[in-house]
Amino acid sequence: MLSEKAKKEIEAAMQKYPNKRSAVMDALRIAQQDGGGHLEKPDMEEIGRMLDMRLVEVNAAAAFYTMYKINKPIGKYHIQVCRNISCSLLGAEHLIKHMEKALNVKTGETTSDKKFTLSTVECLGSCGTAPMMQINDDFHENLTEQKIDELLRKLE
Amino acid sequence: MEKILLKNLDKPDAHKIENYIQYGGYKAFESALKLKPDNIIQMVKDSGLRGRGGAGFSTGLKWSFIPKDPTIAKYLCCNADEGEPGTFKDRGIIDNDPHLLIEGMAIACYAIGASNAYIYIRGEFAFGANRLDAAIKEAYAKGYLGKNIQGSGFNLNMYVHRGFGAYICGEETALLESIEGYRAQPRKKPPFPALAGLYGKPTVINNVETLSCIPAIIEKGPEWFSKIGPEKSPGPKIYCVSGHVKRPGLYELPMGTTARDLIYNHCGGMLTDKPLKAVIPGGVSAPMLTPKDLDTPLDFDSLAAKGSMLGSGAVVVMDESTCMVKTAYIVNRFFSHESCGKCTPCRDGTPWLTNVLRRIEHGEGKPGDVELLESLCTNIFGRTFCPLGDGAVMALRGALKNFREEFQYHIDHKRCMVSGR
Ligand SMILES: Cc1cc2nc3c(=O)[nH]c(=O)nc-3n(C[C@H](O)[C@H](O)[C@H](O)COP(=O)(O)O)c2cc1C
Ligand code: FES
Repeated sequence: MLSEKAKKEIEAAMQKYPNKRSAVMDALRIAQQDGGGHLEKPDMEEIGRMLDMRLVEVNAAAAFYTMYKINKPIGKYHIQVCRNISCSLLGAEHLIKHMEKALNVKTGETTSDKKFTLSTVECLGSCGTAPMMQINDDFHENLTEQKIDELLRKLE
Repeated sequence: MEKILLKNLDKPDAHKIENYIQYGGYKAFESALKLKPDNIIQMVKDSGLRGRGGAGFSTGLKWSFIPKDPTIAKYLCCNADEGEPGTFKDRGIIDNDPHLLIEGMAIACYAIGASNAYIYIRGEFAFGANRLDAAIKEAYAKGYLGKNIQGSGFNLNMYVHRGFGAYICGEETALLESIEGYRAQPRKKPPFPALAGLYGKPTVINNVETLSCIPAIIEKGPEWFSKIGPEKSPGPKIYCVSGHVKRPGLYELPMGTTARDLIYNHCGGMLTDKPLKAVIPGGVSAPMLTPKDLDTPLDFDSLAAKGSMLGSGAVVVMDESTCMVKTAYIVNRFFSHESCGKCTPCRDGTPWLTNVLRRIEHGEGKPGDVELLESLCTNIFGRTFCPLGDGAVMALRGALKNFREEFQYHIDHKRCMVSGR
């Protein structure tokens, strides 16, 4: 269920638009954050009630965008390594393999202690400082194996 | 050349409004408010500014299509979706100099008579979105947004709308659908957004870099702007250079700088002693250039004449160690991942291309696969609802045209011609 804080934030987002429906993306984002990184049906039902939308409509909007995680719990740290062209030219695949080894998971999986989820993503607009990855909201650029190891150690 | 777009990037804390004003910011908006809206549109037309989001359409002309009737609500949407792989210029402006964009948008809104503006920023740019939220708040507090701005009687509200992971939201009508709370699938055109855009109202959609050119056009005049670079696509251009060069990054240079000058002078040359093999001049949708084309000026018309395009200005440099089959596979996988699913040729065609490319890349290609790719291209190109599918085809055709033997080698020898593996 949505917290009071989340509801307040959604109500504030509704003020930006001439109709309620336009706030659905903000609402889903706020709910996802509120729910610890993923969305569940009761959250989406509540959003539907707030925005006068049916659950299928809320779900249709959410399912379209890759950053909404519906019923898909992720680790405390979501590591997303860019696999697109500029990062690939400078060794992204190598880093992805290194990461799989370091975390002992395959891409797409979460570590058993629920700490890390490893994913690949398409270009994140950081190609001049490739290779790069995102951990939760933060960008980490000009990566090397050594830099990755240090970063992971800090997140212990 | 005097920088106008990246001028504040190395100044401390330009994102704070006091500093931005101290560096000369918001003067252009103040002078614009003393001009007639029509005069501003004329100035932008005279400057020759063409949209930096990809298509290169005249910005002044686009603004002039907006109906003048003051009783109709109008909107400005800034396209900050920045999804074309290789592109990172809009992020550079938003993260470091958000008020430049806000000032450009405020002038645009005044010119077209819009009192509400949205910045559509991709969700991954959380830092930038927070920066913009903070900057907008500052602009309200200083009276550059809100009611009766600087005593002019002009009102303007500005909001940030965050995307959440979908390249197609960069297509302008998909962007509008997304703001309205629907799945971001492109709309049929006509009607064009200038007549029926956001919430069915007249709407201008412009790229971040386009709008960030506006303050300088007002301050220094359209003449000044039109004298930079080639006559038909003037002005400064931010080139986003990535890949195998010594100094990748953002370079604000006169439009029409050649690929050679950009790579070998500005970027310090190739990363290692391996020579250049190919350059993608305008984001991955743009067909690649080979060393013989390096003297091509990187502007809209010169690149179109070479069968490529300037697109978003993302220059991806590849040296001889690059496998073109792998590159084509990575690029195509992106397009099929991002196909919005609205039309069949793109929804079904792009994953099909990806499958064939994957098997060729993995040494499992079958005789006839190159021809199969070509026929799939024919069945996608020009038959899709929006240009996403065309982009996938143009990229692949560019690779096949220049490096067909590499694809064939992968199929015949079940290994890579470049790495031998
Ligand atoms: C598939 C697709 C993706 C696009 N992505 C972007 C983008 O990320 N940013 C952008 O400014 N324009 C993008 N465009 C171009 C926009 O549709 C539109 O032409 C542009 O925002 C207009 O602004 P401008 O006139 O200032 O260039 C894209 C177009 C297509 C077909
Ligand atoms: S290709 Fe990796 S950030 Fe752009």
